[in-house]
Order: sequence, then C-alpha cells, then structure tokens
Amino acid sequence: MSGSLGRAAAALLRWGRGGGLWSPGVRTAGSGAGGGSGSGSTEHLDALVKKDKVVVFLKGTPEQPQCGFSNAVVQILRLHGVRDYAAYNVLDDPDLRQGIKDYSNWPTIPQVYLNGEFVGGCDILLQMHQNGDLVEELKKLGVRSALLGEDKDQDSK
Amino acid sequence: MELSSHYLREKLQRDLEAEHVEVEDTTLNRCATSFRVLVVSTKFEGKPLLQRHRLVNECLAEELPHIHAFEQKTLTPEQWAREQPK
Repeated sequence: MSGSLGRAAAALLRWGRGGGLWSPGVRTAGSGAGGGSGSGSTEHLDALVKKDKVVVFLKGTPEQPQCGFSNAVVQILRLHGVRDYAAYNVLDDPDLRQGIKDYSNWPTIPQVYLNGEFVGGCDILLQMHQNGDLVEELKKLGVRSALLGEDKDQDSK
Repeated sequence: MELSSHYLREKLQRDLEAEHVEVEDTTLNRCATSFRVLVVSTKFEGKPLLQRHRLVNECLAEELPHIHAFEQKTLTPEQWAREQPK
C-alpha cells in the first residue's frame, strides 16, 4: 500500500472523534447471495445497489478492510456518521467482484453507490468529502452528515 | 506488459491532450505496480469528476488490469492554476 494512502487514512482518522467501534447498523452482506454465477448478473446487481440508499463494494469488511482504498471509503462514511449502509465483500465472491466492475464499467474496487447510482471509487469519494459535495449528496438521501455538527441530532432523539 | 511512469505519462499526455501530467510510482520498491497520477487537461472542462475519471480509465484500459493500485486526480487548467502555491 502506498504511503500517501496511509497518510490520507491517518488524516481522516484525526478528523474523527475517536471511538472507532462499529455500530451494528452496518450490514456486512458478504456472499449471502447464494453463490453461483447469479451473484454477478446484471439483474442481481441492479437489485443489490438499489436495495439500500448507501451501498459499497469493498475488499474486506467495514470492520476489517483488506485494502487501503476500501479502508478510506469506510473511514469517510464513518466521519460523516453514515452507519446504515450495505457493504459487500468482493473477496468472498469472484463473480460479484467481476460482475460489479462490468455493471458500473469501472475497473476498480471499492465502489460506492448512492440511491442506486454509481458515484465512484475512493478518489472520487475522498474529493467529494473534501469539497463538500458528499454532505450535499447525503442530504439528498435524507442523511444528515455528522460533520454538520451534532446539536440537532441530539434534540431530535 | 511493461509499465513505467514515463510510459503512462506519455500516453496520458497524448490521448488526453493534457497540458500537465504527473505520474508517481507509489510502490515502496518502485516496482511499477501502483501509481498516482495527476492529469491537467482542457478535456475535463464542464465534466463532473466521475466522467473525468472515466476518461482516464478509458485511456489506460489496457494498462489498468496490470496495475494493483491506482490513484488519480483530474483538474482543468484553471483548477490547476488555483492549486499552485502563490
């Protein structure tokens, strides 16, 4: 893994408010798709990315990302307080791994989908995080980014 | 396939008519399997990030399967000028 990515992840972590425990809200969907060639089919993937507002395809799981880029995606979502998202581990399923690349016509993992639409990989999510677009995109989904502050969240309990 | 920073830079510069390209081999031992690229091109003007990155991916479609890790930054000349230290 590149040093820069390590630094990026470290910088992201510094942004965070400590803690680091995963809420059980994150669903690691894994390879529960029944296996076989079905998991990489367009119909199956279409349903998968549309089932949840925020869907990510990772190498590894949110708890244990197996790659720096996947880890960066997980950390960015964590920073924004996005806990309710579906994560699929492509390392569990070769059909899923190839299928999702074909589906989005995007050559790399991780991949992020918001409201069923492909957003990009790690670089794009990181830049959306940096330029404020991610906050706006989350707002469209009805998700309030934790970076906007917590006062209102506490009131609305 | 033999990949090098030099090769990738030439290709990006040519195909994307880039006015500035930086390619860095980000593997620890410079074994040319991980790269970080910066591409500055007028072709990116008016295009959202996803489309810009798709242009780069298309340009390197033959090479990407041989690259383990790939980071990219895509700027218009105007954005690039703004990023320069004053």
